[in-house]
Order: sequence, then structure tokens, then C-alpha cells
Amino acid sequence: MFETLILILDATLRVSTPLILAALAGLFSERSGIVDIGLEGKMLGGAFAAAAAAAVFGSAWIGLLFAIGASVCLALIHGFACITHRGDHIVSGVAINTIVAGLTVTLGLDWFSQGGQTPALTGDARFTPITLPFAEQVADVPVIGLIYSELLSGHNILVYLAFAFVPATYWVVFKTRFGLRLRAVGENPHAVDTAGISVALVRYRAVIICGVLCGIAGAYLSTAHNAGFLKDMSAGKGYMALAALIFGKWRPVPVLCACLLFGFLDAVAVRLQGVSLPGIGEVPVQAIEVLPYVLTVLLLAGFIGKAVGPKAIGKPYVKERA
Amino acid sequence: MSQAKVPAWVSVGLIPLLNILLAFFVSGLVFLAIGEDPIEAAGYLIYGAFGYDEGIGYTLYYATNLIFTGLAVSIAFKAGLFNIGGEGQAYIGGLGVGLLCLWFDSSLPLIVIAPLAIIGGALFGAAWAYIPAYLQARRGSHIVITTIMFNFIASSLMVYLMVNWLKAEGVMSPISRTFEESAWLPYMHDLFSPFGLDIGGSPLNMAFILALLCCVLYWGLVWHTRWGYQLRTVGTNPTAAQYAGIDNAKVTIWVMLISGGFAGLVGVNEIMGVNHNLLLNFTAGYGFAGIAVALMGRNHPVGIILAAMLFGALYQGGAELAFEIPTITPEIVVVIQGLVILFSGALENMFKGRIEGFFLRRAAA
Amino acid sequence: MSDQTHPYAIELEGISKRFGAVQANKDIGLQVPAGTIHGIIGENGAGKSTLMSIIYGFYEADSGTISIDGQQVDIRNSQDAIKVGIGMVHQHFMLVENFTVLENVILGAEGGAVLNQGISAARKELKRLEQEYSLDIDVDAVVENLPVGLQQRVEILKALYRGAKILILDEPTGVLTPQEADHLFRILKSLTEQGVTVLLITHKLREILASTDNVSVMRQGEMVAHRETATTDKEELAELMVGKKVRLKVNKDEAQPQQAVLTAKELSFFDGQGVERLKKVSLELKAGEILGIAGVSGNGQSELLNVLSGITPMASGEIQFAGQTITANAAKTAAQMRDLKMAHVPEDRHKMGLVTGFEAYEAAVLGYHDSSDYNGAILMDRKAMLDECNERMAAWDVRPPNPHLKTANFSGGNQQKIVIAREVEQNPEVLLIGQPTRGVDIGAIENIHEQIVKLRDAGKAILLVSVELDEIMALSDRIIVMFDGAIVGQVDASEADERTLGLMMANAWNEEQGAPE
Repeated sequence: MFETLILILDATLRVSTPLILAALAGLFSERSGIVDIGLEGKMLGGAFAAAAAAAVFGSAWIGLLFAIGASVCLALIHGFACITHRGDHIVSGVAINTIVAGLTVTLGLDWFSQGGQTPALTGDARFTPITLPFAEQVADVPVIGLIYSELLSGHNILVYLAFAFVPATYWVVFKTRFGLRLRAVGENPHAVDTAGISVALVRYRAVIICGVLCGIAGAYLSTAHNAGFLKDMSAGKGYMALAALIFGKWRPVPVLCACLLFGFLDAVAVRLQGVSLPGIGEVPVQAIEVLPYVLTVLLLAGFIGKAVGPKAIGKPYVKERA
Repeated sequence: MSQAKVPAWVSVGLIPLLNILLAFFVSGLVFLAIGEDPIEAAGYLIYGAFGYDEGIGYTLYYATNLIFTGLAVSIAFKAGLFNIGGEGQAYIGGLGVGLLCLWFDSSLPLIVIAPLAIIGGALFGAAWAYIPAYLQARRGSHIVITTIMFNFIASSLMVYLMVNWLKAEGVMSPISRTFEESAWLPYMHDLFSPFGLDIGGSPLNMAFILALLCCVLYWGLVWHTRWGYQLRTVGTNPTAAQYAGIDNAKVTIWVMLISGGFAGLVGVNEIMGVNHNLLLNFTAGYGFAGIAVALMGRNHPVGIILAAMLFGALYQGGAELAFEIPTITPEIVVVIQGLVILFSGALENMFKGRIEGFFLRRAAA
Repeated sequence: MSDQTHPYAIELEGISKRFGAVQANKDIGLQVPAGTIHGIIGENGAGKSTLMSIIYGFYEADSGTISIDGQQVDIRNSQDAIKVGIGMVHQHFMLVENFTVLENVILGAEGGAVLNQGISAARKELKRLEQEYSLDIDVDAVVENLPVGLQQRVEILKALYRGAKILILDEPTGVLTPQEADHLFRILKSLTEQGVTVLLITHKLREILASTDNVSVMRQGEMVAHRETATTDKEELAELMVGKKVRLKVNKDEAQPQQAVLTAKELSFFDGQGVERLKKVSLELKAGEILGIAGVSGNGQSELLNVLSGITPMASGEIQFAGQTITANAAKTAAQMRDLKMAHVPEDRHKMGLVTGFEAYEAAVLGYHDSSDYNGAILMDRKAMLDECNERMAAWDVRPPNPHLKTANFSGGNQQKIVIAREVEQNPEVLLIGQPTRGVDIGAIENIHEQIVKLRDAGKAILLVSVELDEIMALSDRIIVMFDGAIVGQVDASEADERTLGLMMANAWNEEQGAPE
């Protein structure tokens, strides 16, 4: 029983990682007032770039760089539309998701001739599990041994990175000058403007950071979690990250918790497939899968707490006297 | 107030046209990037879409779905709402159509089943849009996010129903039994053959007529009823709507019901017209493509028909293209679709300022 | 006066600014000696706010120069303004509401990439400033939890923290209670003792007289007078502010007021921020009279129109109209009020009165779109709408008389005629009409005024809101003056003169001796 739990939690960490990265990405963007439903597309674009570059250069790290590059380019398109040209944030996000969904397959077929997939990645072209020090030695210690060697050890670097980004994000957003301006620009851009700060510049920085994090999330999907790019492999994770962002009320630690909750539900759903629980019977997998979305809707409707986003979110900033 | 104004042909003609052209230009660059000649590719596309009878039929069949979802997105836009949930509403609409066909196909004739299924599809789609609409109107939750969530919920619900309840006996894949022929919408080629017209063996069916009727309905509703008057007032000037005593929340809920209803009719085309059974993933992204259709069609039914035909042609032509040039996937059409959304939607203001400025200066001079 | 060997803290020369066809500022000159409080007074639209926005770098002037301490400076944006020591307290605060006072103050002047060092330094400096000027602010309080008066002090603190030597306050007392306002002026006084120069923009004469050293008066984009406050008085300022306008002539006979058709009792209304915008307003409107509501805009007139017409619900009070008693609990919607034959020409035809994207014939039924006149069983009766629109366009001389032209493409006067025709032709019992001739050309003004009088003579009751004093005086039979959400005066039109009304509008009448009735 305990072992099962550890295995489920272990899976939770792996499934949550891209959610955490993408949700933190969304946090930067939305805290600055730019709605981002393009997390999905940026992640998918990053996944493709990472796998393609890793396949060509044989290095997961180079793949990661390309993933970040591709995702930042997409983020800049979003910024160009929403910040410079005051376009609709949602339309721009949909456009990016759509373009990436088509472009990855198109380029993939042209470059690798494998029906839109990238070649299977092996060796250094993937991020491989890292065994933490003494993991094997303590494996036999009851409880703690299992937690350390199974749950904490044996993940790839990007998993650890994702978790490290949570306190880092907290620090940046709440303890730095950039974070102060970021939060201010999402709440009241006029206040930022009258303080002599460029609203556009702060927002562009935010979407670039968003691009970087989505790129890492994408690289994780194709070069760490899987061994290559598959068509539509982000499979709604970007949207789920968006849900987690809302569920975590745009704050790093609650967002982490939401991602872990959603990841846990996913891990449980896989585990429970076809399993009959005593007294309850078989729980349909879909009922568990759907929980993150249902919970988010309930939250948005104010039935379980209240999700209030940054005040200026989604509104183009027009310089005028208020 | 300045009296100078931009000529109408500039704002409704030139600027949208430039945006579309730019989208196609960038699409051409994508073709060049994968080493294909965009002109040659366009040739295949056009031939595949319009070059032969069956191709035209396929083009119109795809356009049917796109008209439904384009109308769905567009009518919500008219009230200033972004219904990104067309995908889920189409899915659930198809469920409604399928259920009615499964229930009545052996007991009722087509003439009864068809209207029942059409109403059922629209009602199911509308019901799926109702919850996000209600939550937006009465509890202030953001309709974009809730409709996205409802897409995923619809998807899971369908998997659950198909796997656990609706799967036909004796098959592995989650598809229902095939309907009796009394629940098949007639194919257009069957309708036309008695008159000696041969339009090839495409999946184009009666749902296309329904789509055109929906365009007329849209036009009448939006521009010729008092409800449409309220809708357009709420969408263009909510303060004036308040002044006029229009109940904003009520309009929001009703327009989303109609929007969901339009999307739900995709099920009529797909389930009753083509597949003749319930299955998974038949919506295939039409809900999202509807956004491109609505944007490109400038929220007018005629524009939507034209845009839907264009995208239908791209879908069908894209298949032809992939057949002729094996290094190209039909997904390239999705790229073009995305570029259209980007340039005529998100970046619609890119040229606007400069071009309008040019005409204003000229008018002032 | 000021010592000529010392340069002025701020000096403007020949500042002009044009927005499209509107000349907002015309050749403005201003000299403000250091360490003084300088008032700038004028009616709405006199160009005060534009001028201040130019000084603070929000707009660039078309021509003219700004000098600070004798040095000509180039101010292109707020950052430039801050650099040369200008701070501004906006009418609508520029605060991030969910930030603490401290966070708000350091925004843009954080003192390093990481907040820690900056914050502790700022805390010390704020403590000093806060004590020096007795601002009484807890720097760790979250701004949205502070009362409005304290939020304003945060704005002042923000400016001082950035080293502002010149502080501009735009209508600072509009949101304050009298006590808070008094406190503000004490703070401003102590600022000037420390060498800070204060520019105070207001339309309230009493404040100018009570707190400033010098005062400048603006009218229609021009600086019309400079006075040392000690040498002037309310009467002179009010006259300078209002000006000797060309008297509008409206041909009308003596009113024949009949029974009251609308009675409002103690109407109150609070805006989204909880500020009381209507303070127990009571009035009686009689058939056959035009009741004019005078006042500088933003003193509750818009809210009064919205509450009376059912657009926004009242907080408390009662309206008697058409045999109905309307209260907060028994509210009526705008549509229901219309059904009771109340028509409303709103103050802002673009925001409220029209849908500018609609063709004229559609905009001409806004609010009455449900009426059976325009509807068949299912579809709207386009022919009936068009016929009626054509008729009205002819009767009201709307140009061009094209019902299919987009409303946005008519001139202001013709747009207004479309709105007024729509409301008047419903033959209402009560007409609420706000700013009937704003942005309307001279020829159309006359026509509109005639129509209003005609409606009165037909025995209808008219409530007229206008910030144009001469319009109020020309049309009204009775005049009520609103100030800060309350009715501060009422005069018969025959006894009204500009001086009296000007003083009332600036809430300086009550202290006057020998006020009529």
C-alpha cells in the first residue's frame, strides 16, 4: 500500500513538471496583464524544437536551447500582437496554438520523413534520470529510504529545475524591482506609466520569461518525459496549466499545489484504470481526469473560494488620462 | 470632432484584404521553407478543391461544418463574447444527434427523425453552452476560460459514454452500432442523380442545405429582429444598452444558447450525414477553425459562407496536395488557418492605423 | 510680489495645444514663485487639466516653453517631469490598490534590482517625510484598505519621495470630506514652508481663497487673469471664470407651471468605490416648466439623470412618478421608466445615447426598439422605421437626410438632433435632457432650444442639465444648483444672474450676505 502510494507520488512529480513550468510561465505573463492561452502552443513548439535539435545535434542541452528559442519567438509574436498592436489576447493565443499545431507536423515531416514525428532519441539526446547521492545506500531504510530513493531520487534535471523555479519565481515576483513593476503593470498600468516606467517594456520582459519557461516545459515533454516528438504531444497540458494558474490564484506556491493536485489526479486515474475499489466499485477514469477542469469552473464561479486575477488583465494599455 | 472619415471600402475592403493577403504570403513562405513551390502547391490545392466533381463535394462537405462553427463563434462575437467552446458544443451536439438516431432509427421514418435529430443536436449544443453562459452572466466567471474547460469536460464525457454505454457489441474500438438507413441524411449525389446530375461520390449531404438555412436564420435574427437589435447594441455599446433598458445578462445567455446550438449542428453533418454512427473525435478541430472562419468572414453570413468555402477548399485541397506531394501533410492547412487568425484577428490593427491615417490626411488635404 | 532676482519655480511661456479641431490651450503664460501655493481656476473644459498634463509630460505642447528655476526644460514624458522635480497628484489616483503604501511609493524609484535594500532605505526616508509633514500614514497598510483621504496622501508621499519641488494637485478635494480637505491644506501649507511649490487646480472658489497665495483664471483654453489672492474676491473670480458671454436669446413666453409630475425625495447614490455621489437630493418637477440644473460637471448631475431614468439603481430615497412610487426596493428599469413616458436625452450621446455603428434609422429607435410601432409578429418592421426616420429627418432638418448613413458619420449637431427627435417625438410626460447642445454647431443650438421650449409649452415637464451657464439661464424657468452631490441653491430664473449662480456653483454662496430667500 505504502509502496503504491510512493509510486503514485513519483508519477505525480513527473506528470506535474510540465504543468508547473507552464503555469509559472503563465504566471509571469498574466501578472503583467497579458492573458496567455498560448501556453499550449509554446509548449508544443518547444517540444518539437527540442526533439528536432536533439536529434540533429545529439544533445539534449542543445535541444533545450532550441526549445527556449522557439518558444520565445512565439511569445514575442504574442507580445507584438497584444502589446504593440493592442490585439485581442485570446485571438492571438488561439492563433499561436493553431499555427504551432500545424507547423510542427509540417516541418517534422519535411525534415525527418517520419509522419511528423522526430526520430526516437537515445543517450545524450535525452535528459536521463539522476540518482541522488546515497540513494542506493538508503534504499533499504524503512519509509525514509523508499521516499528518498524512489520518490525524490531518479528524476531528470528538468524535474528538479521545475521545482526550483517555484521559489525562484516567488523571489522574482515578490522580492525584486522587476517583480514589483510586473505586479503593478498587471494591476494598474496607469500608475506604472505615471511613475515614469514603460508599460510595454515590462510586459515584453514578462512574455519573454513566459516563453523561456514554456520552452523548458516543451523540452521536458519531448526530450525527458518521452523520447522524441509526437504530433499534439502537449495534449491540453497548456490549458491545464492555465487552469492550475487560476486555481492557484496567480501565486507561485498555490500554483505549485494546484499543479501537484492535477498531476496527482492524473497519476491516480492511470493507476485506477480498471481497478474496482472496495465499496465504491470501479471509478470511471474520465471522472478523475475531468476533475481539474470541473474544479476550476467551480472556483471561477465562486462556489469554492474566489479567483480574482490581476485587475488590468486582457486590457490593452492605451495611454490616456484616466 | 473631426469630420474627416475613412472611406468604407478602405475599412471593410482594403484593410481586411491586406491582412488576408499577408496571411497567405506568410503561408507561401512556409511552403518555400519546406522546399516546395507555393505556386505549384496552390495549383494542386485548387485542383483538389474545385477541379473535379468529387473534390467540389468534399470542399462543400468540409465547408458545412465550418459554416456551423463559424456562425457559432460569430454570433457570440456580436454580443462581444468569445465562445472558444465550439469544439465541445459540437461534440455534445453530435451526442444528441447520435442518441436520437440510435433510439428512433428502427421505429421512425427519416422525415420524422431528421427534424428531431436537428433539434436534438442544437439543444444538446445549446445546453453545453448554457452553463458557461450562465456563469458569465450571473456569476461573472470568464467565459473564455469556462468554455475551454468545457471542451475538455465534453471530451472526457464522450469517452466515458462511448466506452461504457454506447459502444457496439462485438467491436473493440469505441464506436456505436451503425444506424439503420432510416436515420441517414440523404447524400447530395443521391438527391441529384434522379435528375441526371452527377456530382461524384462525396460525403456532401443534406446538412449543407441546413447550414445555408442557418445562415439565413442568422441574418434574420441578427439584423431583423428586436432580439438581434438588442444583441448588436450590447456587443457594440454596452452603456447604450443599459440606457436602452436592455438586460445584458439575458442577452448573454440567449446568444450563447444560439451559439451552442449552431455548433451542435456539426453533429448532424458528421454523425447523421457521414459516419452514421457515434464515434470519438469527429469534431476534429472544427470548433477552433470556426474562429478563423468568423474572423475572416467579418461576422457576416455571406462572409462566413465564403470563408468556410475557402477553408473547406483548403482542407480538401490539402488532402489532394499531400497525396500529390508526399512531403507535405494536410496539417499545412492548419498553419494557414492559424496565420489567418493571427493576421486578420490578433494583428488586425497592424495596418489599420497607418492606412487610415493615410486616407485621413488625404481627405484633409 | 516675488523677488525679481529669484527665478520662478516654474514659468510657462506661450504654451499651445490643439486636439483636432479643439484648441485646448492657447498661448498660456504662467509664473509661479517658489514656495507658494498657486491656484488655477476655471470651468470644465477651460483647459486646466490639459495644461497640467503638458507640465507633467503626458502630452507634448504644440508650442511654448517650460522653465524650472529659470532653466528651460524639455519634458517629453513623466520620467522627464519627475527628473526636474515635478510631482503630480491626479484626480483619479495612480495607485496600485493591492500594494502597500511602501510598495506604491517606491514603484519606479526602487533603489536597486532587489527590493530589500531599497525598502529599508525607503522606510526610513518615508518615516522622516511622514513625520515632517504629519501625514499620518502607516506605510505597511494596503492601499485599498485606506480611506480616500489617506490614499491621496500616499500620492503626495510618492511625489515627495521622488524629490518633487513642484507639486501639482488636480481637483484634490473632489473626493474628500471637508475635514479631510482642511487637513490637506494644512499639509500643503507645511510643504510650502519647506520650499515646495504647489499648483492647485480646482473649480472651488472657497478653497482658492482660503489656501492660495496667487491665483490664475482660465477660460476657454486661455489664461484670462492673474491675481494675488489677497487682492481679489469671490465675485471677481466668479465673473472672470464665467466670463461675459454672449447672451443666448431664446424666444419664450412666461411658463405656465401646473401640477408636479415628478417628485424626488432624498435620493442617494454611491458609486463603485463607495463614494456618495448623490446626497439626499430632493426636487419637484412641474408640468409646463423647464427646471435647469446648473453646476460644474462631476457634481452629481450625471448620477441624478441616471437614477431618475432607471439606468442605475438608487441607494435610498423615493421617486413619485406617473402614479408609481419608486424606491430602492421597488426599483424600475430604464425600459419601465420609458413605458411610463419618461424620455431621456443622455449627456454623452456617443457613450450612451447612440450606437455609433448603427445606421441612423436603427439608432433612431434605441430604447423604443420593443415598441409595436417598429415590430411585426417576428421581424422588425424596417419599412416603418425607415419611413418614420425619413419624416423626422425632414422635420428636424437632419443633414444629410439619409437614414442609412452610419450614425458615426453625422456631425455632432445632427447626431444630437437624431437623439432629441427620438426622445421628444415619443411625446413624453417628462423629458430629462443632459447637455443638449454640447458639441453642437450654433445653427443647430437654436433649433434644439426652440424644440425644448415647444415641448414645455405643450405642458410637458423638462429637467435640463447643462454645464453651460448661459444655456441654463436662457432656457430654465427655475434653476437648481448642484455641488458635490447635493443641491446647494435654488433660484427663480427671473432673479438669477451669473454672479449668483457662479458663486453657488463654487459653493461660496452661503456665506454671502443678503442672499435672496
